[in-house]
Formats: sequence, structure tokens, C-alpha cells
Amino acid sequence: MGNKITGKVYVLGNNIDTDQIIPAEHLVYSLTDEEESKKYGHFALSSVPIDQAGLPNGGITFINGDNWQSEFSLIIGGSNFGCGSSREHAPFALQKAGVKAIVAESYARIFYRNSVDGGFLVPYESNEKLSDKFKTGDEYELDFENDTLKNLSTNNEYKLKNLGSVSEIVNAGGLFEYARKSGMIETSSFA
Amino acid sequence: MGMTITEKILAKSAGKDVVKPGENVWLNVDVLMTHDVCGPPTIGIWKREFGENAKIWDKDKLVIFPDHYIFTANKHANRNVNILREFAKEYEFENYYDVGTERYKGVCHIALAEEGYNIPGTVLFGTDSHTCTSGAFGMFATGVGNTDAAFILGTGKIWEKVPESLKFTFHGKMPEYLTAKDLILQILGDITTDGATYRAMEFDGEAVYSLSMNERMTLSNMAIEAGGMNGIIAADEVTEAYVKERTDKPYEILKSDDDAEYLAKYEYDVDKLEPIVAKPHSPDNRDTVKNVEGTQLTKCYIGSCTGGKITDFRFAAKLIAGNEVRVPTFVVPASTEVAKQLEIETHNGVSLKQIFEDAGCVIAQSSCAACLGGPDDTIGRAVDKDVVISTTNRNFPGRMGSKQSEVYLASPLSVAASAITGIITDPRNFL
Repeated sequence: MGNKITGKVYVLGNNIDTDQIIPAEHLVYSLTDEEESKKYGHFALSSVPIDQAGLPNGGITFINGDNWQSEFSLIIGGSNFGCGSSREHAPFALQKAGVKAIVAESYARIFYRNSVDGGFLVPYESNEKLSDKFKTGDEYELDFENDTLKNLSTNNEYKLKNLGSVSEIVNAGGLFEYARKSGMIETSSFA
Repeated sequence: MGMTITEKILAKSAGKDVVKPGENVWLNVDVLMTHDVCGPPTIGIWKREFGENAKIWDKDKLVIFPDHYIFTANKHANRNVNILREFAKEYEFENYYDVGTERYKGVCHIALAEEGYNIPGTVLFGTDSHTCTSGAFGMFATGVGNTDAAFILGTGKIWEKVPESLKFTFHGKMPEYLTAKDLILQILGDITTDGATYRAMEFDGEAVYSLSMNERMTLSNMAIEAGGMNGIIAADEVTEAYVKERTDKPYEILKSDDDAEYLAKYEYDVDKLEPIVAKPHSPDNRDTVKNVEGTQLTKCYIGSCTGGKITDFRFAAKLIAGNEVRVPTFVVPASTEVAKQLEIETHNGVSLKQIFEDAGCVIAQSSCAACLGGPDDTIGRAVDKDVVISTTNRNFPGRMGSKQSEVYLASPLSVAASAITGIITDPRNFL
């Protein structure tokens, strides 16, 4: 992954659960079939109540029409992002839709693990509530090396929490890549 | 400094004498469980990563229960069950409980208990957030995603961060109008949906130990609704009796040390608690049933890993017996064993099944069914602006189907009382 990415942010509130991220009725689709798996992008965040979709004003759907990719590549969330089920389809759906990273105040454990171990996207934690510092559609610059997020629309920069020990897995690109790099899979002997 | 039961089990699994909260450890997994929603993608990742010669690390330690989308015409859902079937055949793997056979069980978390996979002192991972249910057996049980499961499938190992523990002690004798569901909804209101994120929830107290294994499972089951990594109850003679009836595998009873460290402790007197609901659209949106009494309903639902066990139907049948339901009421036994038990067990000489049928309930086949909405043809699914009271575990927007629907979570007693009247009703009115 490059050191910096830019794009537009999509802002959500607290407790965005996995049913809102990808409703259970869509979990039947293949994650490996290139064409079929686009459905996950298409239905990403489709169950977020419309008044909560794209804050501060709401009413902005994450995916337009028949598309499977979103114009937004960074999600700013509140606390407890990804709570609910264990479905790895949730970070997968967001990745499929083009999301590169999330910046939230906190995450539910399984969603966080899935994002990191599956290598789908980077789940950053913010030091403060950022959902009122960004408006949906604001241009951002995320610096992975310095753990900073800049709002290019206001020119304010925010320091994010360092990923800590999971950064090794994030940098490797996922759990399997990490395990291979450290010789775990071949030898089956774990540090 | 002493250790909590969770720390002791994780230390044992990691091959260490001591573990401390915050430490990352590699665990040796005793059982990996998966189902029809997450099994196929788990198998896909496992094959991709381990190649054509991918091996199951230990066939005895893998168990697969198709349970989510079973009785549906949805071709994609049926394809997923087929993938599991083919996998079981190709790898000559026995712990597979196929749909359409005598072996079919239903909801995985209940089936794990019934089939003897829940063993005190062991570590169980499952590709389902409600895997924490098994913690009722004094074991460490938690949910993971497909990638983690695929990693376990090939190696038998996974990393985990040792959690800090929260302790919830319930004192006193359970009143007849209260169930384990009320206790966990009470906790959820107190600590909210992220109050236990990355933490262990430990349940204790004479009220907890007065509960049957089924009721204890309800407590552990909803630990995830507070974000909990696991929800654990140290095993006692009730646990031992249940386990011995179902397996002769060895088990180890571990308990928290008296000087174990907890992040926080919560104490409750059960005789001061009331029947509780979680109002739309979050399991922590707590209120008393009394306060929302009279809310007009369009549907009642008794089922799922949380509220579809034999004890849940026993509670419900006690109230529904001799009455008729005023709104469509769905009875979905979590497992085929529970379904059989409904036919055998009686209340005042009438089988529980007969009681529900006579009352006009719709009795469905065992599966996760409408707890999580599911395909359009799922029985009991919330449609349009349905207002549902349900014994299930989540009431997020759209969870049971329609995004316009509203779901109240409550105990089987509260749901049964409400089914009889068609409006949310305090079960004490019928007891």
C-alpha cells in the first residue's frame, strides 16, 4: 500500500452494525466469483437508515443506482463500528465498493479482526470524534506512515492512533501473508 | 495475583503458565465450528491459501452445521449447502450434519451443546458471533470471520488478545416472571452495546447457578451484544451432568481465583429486577415491559439460538396453554432435538407442540429462520412496517427482514404474554 491516499469521505454515526453494512439476505452470494461478488459492493451499507446515511445531513446513498463501486473511499465512523455478526462479508463488501480505510472512534472485535486478518481495509482509530469534523463528500488525505488524516476541504489535520502490534499483519496484507512471512505456515511452529 | 477463568483457559490453550490482559497469544484450538453462510467462503480461503493439498488440521475437531438458510428456494443459499456437502464428501469428514437427513440438527450453537462439543476448560472458535453461547459450559468460546477460520482449519491455531474481564453477579432466587433473557437485557442496558468490547464477561452468583444449562446459554449467548469477546460461566455439577450425558470426552473445571483482577464488577439482586425489553433498534435500548405495555404488535416470534431452546418453549407454553394468539406467532425450535422434545414434553397433560398448535401458532422447522431476516421466503420474516416482539438477540434496523419493521427483544414469557393479547404485555399479568 502506498504511503498516502486521497479521495472523498463518507461519514456515519455510532454503532454501524454488520446488518447495516451488508444485510443478511445478501450473504448467499459467492465471495470468490469475480462477477457475482460485485453484488457485495452494490449492497454495501444498503441498510443504513437514510437519514443517517452520509452525515451530517443524511440522505446520501453510499452506492448510486446499479453501481457496485462507491465514490467514497474512506469511511468516518463513530464508536463501535461493525458491531453485530461475525460476517467477514462486511469488510469484504466495503472493500469491494472501493473503501480503503475506516477511521472510527472504536470497533467491534470481530469486524476489526476481519478487516485486518483478511487484509480488506485499514481500521484506524481516531483520538477524538471526527464525524463532526468532516462532512460527507469532503476531500481527504490519509497518511499511513505518519498516521494522520487531513481534511483537504478545511485543511485541518488529525492525528490517528497507531495500529500497534496489528500493523505487522496490516503491512503484510493479511494474516496468511503475515504467517508466511514469519514462517508460521510452513513450519506450523508458532512464536 | 490470581487469574480469571478466561485467563486460565487461554493460558492452558497457549501452553503458558500465566497470561495477562492485553497480551497477544497463539491458541491451540479444540473445536472449530462453521455453518452454511461462512463455511463456503472459509473453505474457499483455506483452499486458496493452502493450495490443492490443503489438509484439515484435525478432522475430529471440525464441526459443520448448516443452519442459517435451509428451508428456502433461494438457489444461492442452496448452493452454499451443496458446497458443504461436497466438502464433507471429498475430505471424508464426519462431523457434518446434513440438511434433509436424520443427522440434520438446526441452529449450530444449540447443536454444539446437544452433540457434546461443549467441553469445560476447552477453546472453541466458530464463524458466528453467537459462538460465545458455548461459554455457558465453562469454556472459552468466541466468534471469528472466514479468514481466521480458514487459518484454524489449516493450522489449528489462531492469535487472540487476552481480554480484561468484567464480572456480573446475580444474587437471590429467580422470581417466576424472570428469565435469563431479562438478566442479559438488564446488563445490556447498563453497559451498552460496546461496554464489553474486547472484554470477557463472566457470570456468577446463586441466581446464575440456579439456572439450567439452556438458560445459562441465553446469558452467554448475548455477551456479543455488549461487544464481549466471550461470556463465561464456570462449570458446576449441573454442567457436568449435561456434558456427561452427551460425551465421554475429558473435561477440566476451571474457576476464577478469589484474587483475580476484574476491570469492573456488577452486582444485581434478581428479586428487584423486572421483565425487560430492548426497544427498536438496539439490544441496549432497555426499558421495562411495563413501560411499553400496550404497544400494538403485528407479529410474535419465539426461536433462535437465544430463545428457541426447550426451556424457552416451556416458559411460553405455560402462558399460552388454553389461550389463542391474537397476532401471527411463530414457534421455531432451534434444533431438531428441541422440536422432538416439543412433541414429548407435556404441560397439564398436553404436549407443548399441541399447546402452540391449539393456540394458532405457526410451528416452523428448526433453523436460524427469521432471526436474521434471511431470503424472502423465510418463515416469520418481518415485512413492511411489522412490529415484532421476539425472543431473538438483535433488533438492528432490518435485522429481521424489512428495514421499516420494528423489533422488541424480550423473554419467552413476555413474548408469550404479548402473543395472547396482541399488544406488548407484562407476563406477570398471566402468572
